Amino acid sequence: MKIKMPRWFYQLASPKWFYDFTGKLLPWFSLVALLLLTVGMVWGLVFAPADYQQGNSFRIIYIHVPSSILAQSCYMLMAVAGAIGLIWKMKIAHMVAQACAPIGASIAVMSLATGAIWGKPTWGAWWVWDARLTAMLVLLFLYIGVIALNSAFENKASADKASAVLSLVGLVNIPIIKYSVEWWNTLHQPATFTVTEKPAMPPEMWIPLLIMVLGFYCFFAVVLMSRARIEVLEREKRSDWVKKVIENY
Amino acid sequence: MGDFATVADFLQMGKHGLYVWLSYGIGLFLLVYNVVSAYWLKRQFFINAKRRLRREQGSV
Repeated sequence: MKIKMPRWFYQLASPKWFYDFTGKLLPWFSLVALLLLTVGMVWGLVFAPADYQQGNSFRIIYIHVPSSILAQSCYMLMAVAGAIGLIWKMKIAHMVAQACAPIGASIAVMSLATGAIWGKPTWGAWWVWDARLTAMLVLLFLYIGVIALNSAFENKASADKASAVLSLVGLVNIPIIKYSVEWWNTLHQPATFTVTEKPAMPPEMWIPLLIMVLGFYCFFAVVLMSRARIEVLEREKRSDWVKKVIENY
Repeated sequence: MGDFATVADFLQMGKHGLYVWLSYGIGLFLLVYNVVSAYWLKRQFFINAKRRLRREQGSV
């Protein structure tokens, strides 16, 4: 059986095309990310009103929520890229998946650390073995597992396959993180943003949060493309076009 | 200044200065770390690649 995919799908599969295309996108994404993160951070820190219950510790939300959302999105992208690599034998998908792992791990650390710091003044404890916190910790371990598998094999193809399979198995953790606040009695508050409902906070609080979330996504695009491009060069270093890139650098 | 009466108030963040600044510090550090480590990988690649290319061309 052969599934016909649109043209861009096959173009994207060409490492050279990917390298050139992301090279054009990078400066724009960098600019937008810098702009959004600066505006969002200043707005959240200085202009957003303090929470009537939590006071100023509430401002941690502008780092904690975007990093938590991104840590999960990054994982999903890594797993989907791994699946595409397994099914269509697309090398570039594996390169993207491999680039996702270290970024995702650092963002998961950010989510856990800011969560712990926020927990101290709010719940009175840095850490509780709450369903959501535990599931998030498992996410970090999954990232570390994928990174370890990536470097555990001499053969790139084996490393790609093994880490793709681990990413896919670990995907089960994502809905657990999402629904943990509904399935179990947890300390953690429910989602701030949902697609269907209006946020429970006033616009002067959630608009900067939305800006930060978008900023984190743009930032992720920047570092993901940067890392994936190096991976492309590394794996294609025997090809003529990469030799030209090296000579011209 | 925004939601705060004075800059001192802003730095103090009520009684939550430590928590807020620690969170933003960690956040910024990890963002910068991501950019720097990607740049570092790129630099390292080109240094090694140029050396290898020179060696190959020298041996021909």
